[in-house]
Amino acid sequence: MSKLALDMLRTRFGADILETHDAHGDETAVVTPSLWKDVCQYLRTDPALDFDMLVDLCAVDYPARAGAGQRLEVVLHLYSIKKRHRLRLKARVGDATLLGADVDSLCDVWPGANWFEREVYDMSGVTFRGHPDLRRILLYPEFVGHPLLKDYPAQRTQPLVDYRSEAEAGVPLEKLAPFHDDEGMPFDRRGLVHPDPTSLEPS
Amino acid sequence: MEPIDREVEERELLLPSEPVHLNMGPSHPAMHGTVRIVLELSGETVQRADVQIGYLHRGFEKMCERGTWAQVFPYCDRLNYVSPILNNVGYALAVEKLCDLQIPERCQWYRMILGELGRISDHLTCLAAMGMELGAFTPFLWFMKAREMIYDLLEEETGARVTHSYCRIGGMARPPTPHFKEMCTGVLSPVLALLTDGEKMLVGNRIFLDRVEHVGEISQADAISLSWTGPCLRSTGVAYDVRKAHPYLRYDEVEFDVPVGKNGDCLDRFLVRLAEIRQSVRVIEQAALRMPDAGPVNVEDPRVMLPDKGDVYTTIEATIRHFKLIMEGAKVPAGEVYSYTEAGNGELGFYLVSDGTGQPYRVRIRPPCFPITGTLSKLVTGRMLSDIIPTFGSLNMIGGECDH
Repeated sequence: MSKLALDMLRTRFGADILETHDAHGDETAVVTPSLWKDVCQYLRTDPALDFDMLVDLCAVDYPARAGAGQRLEVVLHLYSIKKRHRLRLKARVGDATLLGADVDSLCDVWPGANWFEREVYDMSGVTFRGHPDLRRILLYPEFVGHPLLKDYPAQRTQPLVDYRSEAEAGVPLEKLAPFHDDEGMPFDRRGLVHPDPTSLEPS
Repeated sequence: MEPIDREVEERELLLPSEPVHLNMGPSHPAMHGTVRIVLELSGETVQRADVQIGYLHRGFEKMCERGTWAQVFPYCDRLNYVSPILNNVGYALAVEKLCDLQIPERCQWYRMILGELGRISDHLTCLAAMGMELGAFTPFLWFMKAREMIYDLLEEETGARVTHSYCRIGGMARPPTPHFKEMCTGVLSPVLALLTDGEKMLVGNRIFLDRVEHVGEISQADAISLSWTGPCLRSTGVAYDVRKAHPYLRYDEVEFDVPVGKNGDCLDRFLVRLAEIRQSVRVIEQAALRMPDAGPVNVEDPRVMLPDKGDVYTTIEATIRHFKLIMEGAKVPAGEVYSYTEAGNGELGFYLVSDGTGQPYRVRIRPPCFPITGTLSKLVTGRMLSDIIPTFGSLNMIGGECDH
């Protein structure tokens, strides 16, 4: 990790570096969300810092901070292959209903951010402005909610997904499985296979 | 007799002008059953590829928040299921970093040996599957035979063939078995012999080389900015290995090289993994010499270690401690930590947030093959359809960790 990076960030951005610490040797800086991309661009291009690799991106949910509009903490880990140093960068965004939970996408700075941002959007509900293809990645499009939020109960079941309509599927419906009544098993036919189980018992 | 196709010759032949859409996977043998690629083909050339993952998503990070810190170990096994011990070690080191625990020397060597065995089995699986998907079934069987020897050894040590759950916070579940070192040195030479046989079958084979040489190439700068790590990054010539760059356990006390490739193509990824197996063997040989035969394996810290079973049955203090460690979990100091190790596929990171209770507040895993799989569409666009198979095989996508 790098003390140098923290010092340079404080000099360059001043009051926009809200907080820093280096617990367990992990240098960490919390930045103003509106400057998220500018700070990253600076870290990437400054020759003394040269953070050329985005290691990890995730979000942590702190519901208690929702009142201050800081519910979600977007956590970014950076590494420099040449300088061999690391940095953790954070931005706090969003209120209880995830209003304002958005930061700029880093896909222009590090192309590797693409899938990481899709994952954070999928699991925690942070929107990345300017992302070229922001859709769910681990879950399916019909999934309701964002499972890594603390108010998402782990026991919740999701509604069964209807068959896609002709418009959604892009092909005529008779080309989608099940093709005929006796092929495949839609969920509502489950009880109809043996309407009277007692008739199966040997007499 | 008139030609049958006279009609066709007279008319202008109409071929469909729009690209063909093809679903590759998830039920495709080379896609491991967990990845779907929606392809747009012009002839046999890939014009657009959309890689879709998530078929093996099991909510790893959400599940971790429901148990104690120690109950994460079994989930870790199921992330990368061809080198589970490396995931165990990675998570244990992360929690120990958060607790400021220093584990005994014997345990550090023990973890290193087991971890390197895991790395060998990981690489063997990748090489075997890559060869098999290109039609070379014999080396697949040889590599699998070698992997099975390592699994036998790990089973002897941990009691389970794949899902070991063998690490603990501050140590291991059990000390090494009495014949551990002999078994290690005994298994290495037959594994190397099988490896050499398989290598001869593949690397000297024109058919295999034609399929992998200059296929799926990536430049150094691209690989770094796309967050590649591990053997895939090293195949482009970047000598970044966490074991060398930021040594953990006792890696700074053993001698081993970091093999690198040149072109960053499928062949280089194959050769780098092959060379790394030999380096792992070197590490194991040195570690087996250095590992003490006696001494503690676990830390003497009542906050995290279970008391001796004999005491639990005879004294009330040990019973209470046992009960509290099992029911409430070891209390990990509040804070956050990012710990990283070199797993089979690259940098395996754990970002842990603790609120001071026995339950993790947040466990974030950084799976090494997630960003690498994210690059697949870039690697195959503009290439032939058949190039997807070796490219995908050489990336060593592991569904469990990629899909969390």
